Amino acid sequence: MELNKYQQEIFEKQRPTIETFTKKTWAWTIFFLLWILLGGYALYLQIAKGHSVTGMRDNVVWGLYIANFIFFIGISYAGAVISGILHILNVEWRKPIIRIAEMITVVATIIGPVFILLCVGRLDRLHHLFLYPRLQSPITWDVLAIGTYFTGSVIFLYLALIKDFAVYRDAKLNIPKWRQKLYRILAIGYRGTPSQKKHIRVSTNLMAIMIIPLAIIVHSVLSWIFGMTLRPGWHSTIFGPYFVLAAIYSGTGVLIMAMWVYRKIYKLHSYLTDKHFIYLGYIMMVLGAAYGYFTFSEYLTDWFASEKWDSEVIEKIFNPAKYGWWFLFTNVAGILLPILVVAIPKTRKPTPIAIVSFFMVIALWVKRYLIIVPTLESPLLPMQDIRPEYVKYSATWVEWALTFAGIATFFLFFTIISKFVTVIPISEFGDEEKK
Amino acid sequence: MKQEEITDKSRREFLKTAAVATIAATACGSLACSCTSKHPVTDKVKLLSPEGEIVEIDSAYLNHQEHMAILSKLEQRQGIAGKKFVMVVDLSRCKNARKCIAACQKWHYRPEETEWLTVKLLKDSDKAAPYWFPKQCFHCDNPPCVKVCPVDATFKRQDGLVLIDNDRCIGCKFCMAACPYSTRVFNWDEPEMPMDIRNLASNAETNLPAKVGTVEKCDFCPDRSREGLLPPCVEACPNGVFYFGDENEDTVTNGDETVSFSQLIKDRAAYRYMEELGTKPRVYYLPPKERQFPVERGYENLPDKLKERFKDVMEGSPKEK
Repeated sequence: MELNKYQQEIFEKQRPTIETFTKKTWAWTIFFLLWILLGGYALYLQIAKGHSVTGMRDNVVWGLYIANFIFFIGISYAGAVISGILHILNVEWRKPIIRIAEMITVVATIIGPVFILLCVGRLDRLHHLFLYPRLQSPITWDVLAIGTYFTGSVIFLYLALIKDFAVYRDAKLNIPKWRQKLYRILAIGYRGTPSQKKHIRVSTNLMAIMIIPLAIIVHSVLSWIFGMTLRPGWHSTIFGPYFVLAAIYSGTGVLIMAMWVYRKIYKLHSYLTDKHFIYLGYIMMVLGAAYGYFTFSEYLTDWFASEKWDSEVIEKIFNPAKYGWWFLFTNVAGILLPILVVAIPKTRKPTPIAIVSFFMVIALWVKRYLIIVPTLESPLLPMQDIRPEYVKYSATWVEWALTFAGIATFFLFFTIISKFVTVIPISEFGDEEKK
Repeated sequence: MKQEEITDKSRREFLKTAAVATIAATACGSLACSCTSKHPVTDKVKLLSPEGEIVEIDSAYLNHQEHMAILSKLEQRQGIAGKKFVMVVDLSRCKNARKCIAACQKWHYRPEETEWLTVKLLKDSDKAAPYWFPKQCFHCDNPPCVKVCPVDATFKRQDGLVLIDNDRCIGCKFCMAACPYSTRVFNWDEPEMPMDIRNLASNAETNLPAKVGTVEKCDFCPDRSREGLLPPCVEACPNGVFYFGDENEDTVTNGDETVSFSQLIKDRAAYRYMEELGTKPRVYYLPPKERQFPVERGYENLPDKLKERFKDVMEGSPKEK
């Protein structure tokens, strides 16, 4: 692979990163592995002792796990929608950030479904989903949609990687033999011939077009797991678009955070420039406003009409003694702050934007929790149960341990991938970008 | 060990034959619904005892579990031909005696706290009087639980019942979230069952043996219907609250009296709970009008633990009765 001067420069800059596995990286890797180990122990307990080790019971049948599931599938939208749309619109500045975005997609799409598996009482019977599938069930839709989406995301990421694999293969990197060999295999003989270039371009365009509807389907179907039931707070017609929007929004937040971290650790300031943060900040602001509009519309209608069961859920969410403060937090940190920080020129800088993104992502996680739990705590028939764990959900350490294990897995994947491929794509850049 | 297996197997084989004999015997008397006597035609059957002797016993003493062995999975899913089970609950007669719950739990080997059948204390509006509300599974004709099951583990049968194949259930709990009546319960732990029940082949008609990580619920006891018996809750109720029967035959019985189903629901202005949800329940309620017991009767003598459940509704209610 012939590299032009600009590509050479980017490559040389990142070369040490993928050639060496520093002590610091090892330390982080071990730190994340310890978390995952703890999660593994929690999982062992859950399988060996039954789901009674979780906080879930007959009324609140789902809890943290499903909130995590929605959350991770949500942030996977970073790559799918953001990079897909930017690719189709042929936005030049997307080039340094698409790899990070697409990596988030693939990693989050691996971790997300693990959490729904944790809700499943009989993991030994998962094959029943394929042996006796029922097409009427939104879970079957989910299996199909997420399966297709994951495959699509992997292909999308891989297509963008082939050229770079060829670069690593030809660069005589100071790395072990097996990695050289792996790059050679993964580059599938790419030499940069005009026909190869054309094939990659056409397929990437196709994938970018396909990944957007796929992503929309995935989160709509996911929201319908709730929307299709006869439960107050769930049975809402706007749940599909509401979930999709929240997903793209949180995906943008995670993308900004990841860019900020990579920029700091690997000193990529000349590639991940302030401009990128500001542009993504604009996207985040628009999405935040739209998300705020959906939230307002959803809760206003329920509150105003004040139908009996809806009111029960609304009461729980608005009441400061119950979930009120959390709800306020989701609206302030999840809607107001991101909009304000980007809107005010003084705070429109990478670090403040990254910080509000962080809080916004947490707020959106809390919001998912507030969608799941208060509704399940408000069954149509009065519970009339005095077992506290049946009346009110509170997550046990097992669920928290597995949640943090999931987050640790996310970081671990990122740590390792960034040692295996360059965070900034190399072959994407042409000569004209020298300026 | 091997010896044991062999005896066990031959015993089961023998019991199977015995069970067939029982069915044949009960077949001439019709099934549960039109029957008022609890033990219809009886017959002597020969059985192989665990000691290897042949004994002759009255078929009425045969345990119900033996029937399960002869039902194929397909039969469990199809249901009893020609039947359309229906229940009518007379709210004016319920005093929260809780005998139905005890009988149900005993029949299904459920621990004390796992109630498939619950009695709630409902109060429709602030000033209205509270009333006891026993609730089984409604076996809806448009069941939200069946719609969402991803593996066809819960299904609607032609005899109207909604049952669960706990051999197939993956425990995703979607049906529990979908059921608006909180009918379904989950085995969060390994359920405790007697050894002989645990070793049975699973049967959707009895939900036995219970399995960890799967969903279960009230099944309307079709295994009892097959034997010409009423569900234990119906039998156990001292006040004849539950009328169980067959919509096709248009008869329901509470064990004491057998009446026309259509006439009963017409005369007493029966309603289905939360009709507005569109689930089309197979359980009808007769409004708590001209009640036989004051509502306190079901509260005063309860153990404290149970009293606690109904305290809020009870204490907020005007004590006019």
